[in-house]
Amino acid sequence: MTYDEKLQNVSVLGAAGKMGSGILLLTAVEMCKLSLKPENKGKTFVLNAIDLSDEGLAGLASYIKAQVRKIAEKQTVWLREMYEDRADLIENGEIIDQYIFDVTNIIRPTTAMEVAYRSQLIFEAVSENPDLKVKILSQIDKNNPNSPWYFTNTSSVPIHLIEEKANLKGRVLGFHFYNPPAVQKLVELITTSNTNPIMVDFAYAYSKGLGKIIVPSNDIAGFIGNGHFMRDGLYGINEAKALTNKYSWPEAVYMINKITQDYLVRPMGIFQLMDYVGIDVMQYILKVMNPYMPEENLHSEILDEFISLNIKGGQMSSGAQKDGFLKYEKGKAVAAFDPKSKNYVSFEIFSAKCDADLGEMPNGHLPWKTAVRHKNKENVFSSFFTNMKASVTLGSKIALKYGANANKIGLKLVSDKVAANTNDVNTVMLTGFFHAFGPVNNYFD
Amino acid sequence: MKNLRKKIYMTAGYNTISMGTGRKEFNPKKERAGLEEYLKEAGQGVLNQIDNGAKSVDESVLGNFMASRFNRQANLPGFFPMIDKDLEFKPATSVEGACGSGALSLMSGIKSVLAETADVVLSMGVEVQNTVKAIYGADILAYAGWFKERKKGHAYFFPGQFSDRAGAYFEKYDREKARKGMAQWYANAIENARLDPTAQEFHNTHPDPYGLSLKSEPNGKVFVDHLNYMDCSKVSDGASGIIIASEEGLKRIGIDKKDSVEIIGWAQTIRNITEQPTDRTELTAIKTAIEKVFKETGLSINQIGTVELHDCFSIAGILTVEALGFAKPGEGCDFVANGNTKRDGIIPMNTTGGLIGWGHPTGATGVHQAVTIWQQLTGKAGNAQIKISKERPYGMTINMGGDDVTVTAIIYKQGA
Repeated sequence: MTYDEKLQNVSVLGAAGKMGSGILLLTAVEMCKLSLKPENKGKTFVLNAIDLSDEGLAGLASYIKAQVRKIAEKQTVWLREMYEDRADLIENGEIIDQYIFDVTNIIRPTTAMEVAYRSQLIFEAVSENPDLKVKILSQIDKNNPNSPWYFTNTSSVPIHLIEEKANLKGRVLGFHFYNPPAVQKLVELITTSNTNPIMVDFAYAYSKGLGKIIVPSNDIAGFIGNGHFMRDGLYGINEAKALTNKYSWPEAVYMINKITQDYLVRPMGIFQLMDYVGIDVMQYILKVMNPYMPEENLHSEILDEFISLNIKGGQMSSGAQKDGFLKYEKGKAVAAFDPKSKNYVSFEIFSAKCDADLGEMPNGHLPWKTAVRHKNKENVFSSFFTNMKASVTLGSKIALKYGANANKIGLKLVSDKVAANTNDVNTVMLTGFFHAFGPVNNYFD
Repeated sequence: MKNLRKKIYMTAGYNTISMGTGRKEFNPKKERAGLEEYLKEAGQGVLNQIDNGAKSVDESVLGNFMASRFNRQANLPGFFPMIDKDLEFKPATSVEGACGSGALSLMSGIKSVLAETADVVLSMGVEVQNTVKAIYGADILAYAGWFKERKKGHAYFFPGQFSDRAGAYFEKYDREKARKGMAQWYANAIENARLDPTAQEFHNTHPDPYGLSLKSEPNGKVFVDHLNYMDCSKVSDGASGIIIASEEGLKRIGIDKKDSVEIIGWAQTIRNITEQPTDRTELTAIKTAIEKVFKETGLSINQIGTVELHDCFSIAGILTVEALGFAKPGEGCDFVANGNTKRDGIIPMNTTGGLIGWGHPTGATGVHQAVTIWQQLTGKAGNAQIKISKERPYGMTINMGGDDVTVTAIIYKQGA
C-alpha cells in the first residue's frame, strides 16, 4: 500500500481535544495535499474526527477553518498551481476559500467510533489513561478488517504495553506531538521490538510531509520529553519545599518560578509550565511512569494535595490558562496558591522582599525572547553563567544547582537508554519545550 | 506646448504620513484611520496654507485606485465637503488610472485651469490599503492589469509582472550587475526616507540596507523568482494634496510665485492593457512619455535637477533611468550602482524615498511626487532638501499605472 493509499481513510480518536484537534488539522492538510495531486483526482479521502463530545466537535469546525485559512494564506503561490485547471477560481481569495472547503470537506466529525472500523490509519489522542487506550484500540482492531496502523500520541504510556494488551502485533507506534501540534516542530517517535519497519518508514514520510522533526525515543515510560520535564518539575517542587523553612509556600513558589524562568532563561517558570500542562495531567503521567522506575520515586505529595483541593491548572477550551499553582490575569501570573489558607496570595504582597532576597541578577542576562533568537547564543549564555558562578546571591546559587540538576536528568535519560544520545535530549527540550539552550551543556560544571 | 495659453502653477502641497509596516505607530491589529481621516488631514493641510481656505477653491479632483474594494467605497467626490464645508455644491471629480491615478488628478486640475473653468483647483490623491492582508490586497491591486490575464498571473500579481521584467533584464544583461544596481536603489530609498518624517521608512535603522538587499536572494517558492522584498514598495495608507492655480488664482490665495512651481509641460501616454509588453527590458510607455515631454518643452535631460519616478519595484527604477536616457539599455544598473542617482549624485532621484522608501499609497502617489518636487524646487524640503543648481533648475515626475500602461510625465520649475 502506498503512502497516498494509506492516507485515504484515517481516523483521529479524541479529535476535539487539544492534541487531537491539532493532529486532525495537520493530517487534513496533508491528506488534502495528496487529494490535489493530479494522479489522485477522483479518489476520495476521508478523515474521521471522532470524539465523545458533540460540543467539542462543534467548536472543532471553527478552529480548523481558521487554522486552514492561515496555512492557505502562507501557501498561495503553491495553491495557485494546484488549482491551475479551475478556470472559475481566479483571485487568491477565491482559491483560498476553495482550499478551505476542500480541507474541511475531508473531515467527518462524529461521535460514533464505528467509522474507524474502515480506516487504514488511526491516530489515538484520547486521555492519558492506559486502560482506556487499550480498550478503545482493541475494540477497533477486532472490528476493522484492514489490520490498520495505530499512531498513539501518548506522552508516557509504554508502547509495548498497549501493543500487548490490545493485541496489535507490531502495528502500533508512539507518535508524540508536542502541544500545540500545529505549531511545535517536534515529534517523539517510539517503536517497540515488534514494530513493523514499513510503518516506521511511513511515520518518517508523514512527519516530513507535515514539516516536523522526529526524535526517536526508546520505549521507556515518559520517553525523552516527559522523562525530563517530570523530573525537572519534581525537582522544582522540592526546591520550593526546601525554601519553606524561611518562606511561605506562595513565596517559595514565586521564587523558584522566577529563578527557572529568568535565571535559567526559559519561556516560562517551572510552576507556570506545570500549570500549563495541568497538575492533574502531571500527576497522571507520574503515576504511569513510576512503576517503571524502580530506583526512583516519581511522586509528589504536594501534587496530590493540590488535586485534592481541586486546584488543577490546565487550559480552558479558549486556550486561556486556568489557575493552578499560580493565578493568571490576561495570561500573566499574579498570585500563588497557599494550601494552608486555601487562597491565592498576590505577588504584590511579597515580590519586593523575595526579589531582594534573591539578589541582583548576574550581568549579561538576556530575556528568553531575545536570547532564543540570538545569533551568538552560546557566547551569551557562557558569559552569563560564568558571571552567575561568580555571584553569591541566593538566586544565583539556586539557579546553578537547578541547571546542574537539569543536566543530570539529561545525562540519565541517555544512560537509561531512553535517548540515543545527549543531542536528542537537547533537541527535544529546544524544540518541544522551547528552551533557549539544551539541558546537557557545560554551563553549570 | 512651448506656448501654453496660460501659466499654470502648483503650490501649498501636503502629505500625510505613509502608514504601514515600518512605521512604529503602525499596528495591524488595532483600528486605524480610514479614507475619511486621510482625506481630511491632507485636504485641510493644503487649505490651511492658502488665503480664505476652501472659499478660494473653484473645484476639486481626487485620484484614487481601489477604494471600491479596499474600503468598499465609491462616489468619492462626495467626500470633499467633509474636508471643508465650503467645498460643498462646487464641482468635484474623481479619476482612476490605477497607480497612475494621482497624476491623472493633477492633469485634470491642469486642464481645468487651461480651459479657464477654474483658477484654483484642489488636487488630491488617496489610498488606504492596509484594510486587508497583503495576499488579498494583491488581488485588488491586480485590477491594474488585464483581468483576463489574472488567472495566469502570480499570487502576488504585480511583483510577478515586474519579477518577469527583472528576469528578462538578468538574462539579457548581467544578473549580478543588475542586482547590485537594484540593491543600491533600495539603499538610496532608505537613506532618503530617513530624512522625511512622513516617510514609511523614516524609522528604518538598518545599518546596511545595501547589503541586506544584495544578500537576500529572491525565492520563488515563497515570493517571486527575481525580486526580494526590498525590491518592492510596501503596502501603504496615505493621502496627498496640492493646489493647481493660474496666475490669477495664485493672487487670490495670496501665494507668491516663488513659493510655487510652474508647470512647464507634460506628456500622457497609454499602452494597450490587453497586450503584454513586447520587450520586458524596456518601459516603452514611460520612454515615449519622456521623449514627448522633452520634445514639447524643448528641454533636455541635462537641464533636469531632480526626478521623482515610479519605483514601485527597484527594477522599474533602473528601467526608468534608462528610459530617461541617463544610461544605455543594460547600463542603468551601473549608473545607479555608481551612486549617480543618490541625493548628492549627478541626478538626485526620489529624494524623500520614492515609492520604496517614502511609501506607495497607490492612488495618491502621483500627487505625492508633485508635492516632493514643489518642496525641493521651492526650498521647503526640510532635512531632505537637496541643492538645485542654476544649470539644472527643472524637476520632473513620472507616474505609472499598471505595468507601463497609464503614464504621465510632468516638468516643473520654481515660479518667478
